[in-house]
Amino acid sequence: MAPRYVGLAAAIALAASVATAALAQDAERKGIPAPPGHVFNTIISGYQFRSKETRALQDDDLENPGFLAVERAADAWKKAEGSEGKSCMSCHGQPETSMKGVGATMPKWDDKLKKPVNLEQRINICRVEHMKAEPWKFKSRELTDMTTFVKYQSHGMPVAVKTDGPMSPWFERGKQTYYTRYGQLDLACASCHERNNGKFMRADFLSQGQTNGFPTYRLRDQRVVPLHERFEGCMFDVRAEPFKPLSDEFLALELYVAWRGIGLPVETPSVRN
Amino acid sequence: MRRSLVAAFALCLSAGGVRAQEPAKLPAAEPIKLDVVNDSLPKSLTATPGNAEAGKKVFLTRTLGNCLACHQVTSLKSEEFHGEFGPSLDGVAGRYTEAQLRLIVADPKRVFTDTVMPAFFKNDGLSRVRPEFVGKSILTAAQVEDVIAFLKTLN
Ligand code: HEC
Ligand code: HEC
Ligand code: HEC
Repeated sequence: MAPRYVGLAAAIALAASVATAALAQDAERKGIPAPPGHVFNTIISGYQFRSKETRALQDDDLENPGFLAVERAADAWKKAEGSEGKSCMSCHGQPETSMKGVGATMPKWDDKLKKPVNLEQRINICRVEHMKAEPWKFKSRELTDMTTFVKYQSHGMPVAVKTDGPMSPWFERGKQTYYTRYGQLDLACASCHERNNGKFMRADFLSQGQTNGFPTYRLRDQRVVPLHERFEGCMFDVRAEPFKPLSDEFLALELYVAWRGIGLPVETPSVRN
Repeated sequence: MRRSLVAAFALCLSAGGVRAQEPAKLPAAEPIKLDVVNDSLPKSLTATPGNAEAGKKVFLTRTLGNCLACHQVTSLKSEEFHGEFGPSLDGVAGRYTEAQLRLIVADPKRVFTDTVMPAFFKNDGLSRVRPEFVGKSILTAAQVEDVIAFLKTLN
């Protein structure tokens, strides 16, 4: 594990230097062409907006601290829990095959619940209904680790959420939230991530606010952070009362924001400052 | 490690108020009314004139104006991280009258349609404001006047 921490320390130290920001600015930001009718011409991952050091840390599987979460969850995958005495593996076997592509298509419509569910919710449904185990709390290390692990099985695959059929009212609801100004600072997601991406906002380059890297290892927090925690943070920072994690509002938002990044390769576990 | 800019927005207002000792002019719950005349606010918001030195502090303080998060100012070059959301404020005193600057700071949406610049002297018509900020403007009347005094030095 030692090299991981050396790289990490270097990235933290460098994240604090202005030079790092200048490097990121100079770098050419590569993206993918958006499908017709999309809000962007070019869809760009948050990776492209980060410093050279942060990107290098993400690219190195041995140094990327997010892989610790993947490793922990690989063990949890095999561990029997709950009164049925089952593990994820009992039903799903090898994650590399059974979970391949699953994370890239979340959130997904759930016919039983008649609503979309995301990866965290899906995992807890299996724990409660199929394993008769306690659900993991949102933000718990266990849930975020497993979410990271399942999403990692889609690494490199394009984000491919479905937004039609029963999903379309949820898509519209998420879109509405995205363009609504909230908080004392009166800013919408779009104020920053659509109108001002690529610009410098004090210490940070604003990205398009894409979700293909989530859960993401944040250098600031020194842990893997789930998507709805990032949503909460962005709302909190404009002095708004955030919606609750895993609420219908954030589910709709997750669906809509995933569509804004349609086709981007899944990068989980990504590294961000 | 440096905190992100927006994280800086998040700190409680009372924490670093330059003139925190001054009581707010209006009771917190009442909506602020602005006497707008021709896209400007000719009347001072306070009885006493603003102080440019104090205004510079409000301008720079992340929990107050945090203006540098979005603007650049050459005379503040020694400060780190000038933002790119808004235009450079160099020479702004020559572009606008004091009365226009007052409205731009108090409620910029009345001047620039749909701008991302927050209204610094407005306390209603906002959505899902965190409880500790409900009914409060980002800056007090005195802080707005101080910022105006500072902007007038940028010519
Ligand atoms: C005041 C500006 C601002 C607003 C408003 C804002 N964000 Fe952000 N957001 C940021 C900053 C700064 C970051 C970190 C740098 C970056 O990736 O843009 C960020 C990061 C993100 C990320 C992570 C991107 C990545 O690649 O790691 C997502 C997702 C995101 N925001 C979504 C949202 C959503 C959804 C909303 C609306 C609820 C929102 N943001 C509102 C400033 C903002
Ligand atoms: C007793 C069997 C069983 C166990 C144990 C189980 N699951 Fe499942 N899982 C299912 C079934 C069946 C489905 C299909 C949907 C449904 O009917 O609930 C499913 C679906 C899923 C899906 C969605 C797959 C997709 O294609 O969209 C994920 C992700 C998942 N499970 C993760 C897990 C994880 C992680 C664990 C361990 C914490 C786990 N499951 C434990 C039976 C199980
Ligand atoms: C979230 C970003 C943001 C913050 C914070 C911000 N502004 Fe602005 N400001 C803008 C933008 C963007 C414009 C351009 C107007 C528009 O939207 O068309 C602007 C315009 C201005 C103008 C007019 C400039 C010109 O030359 O036309 C002044 C003056 C100004 N701002 C002062 C301030 C002051 C003083 C503060 C702090 C109390 C501040 N701004 C904070 C974004 C911001």
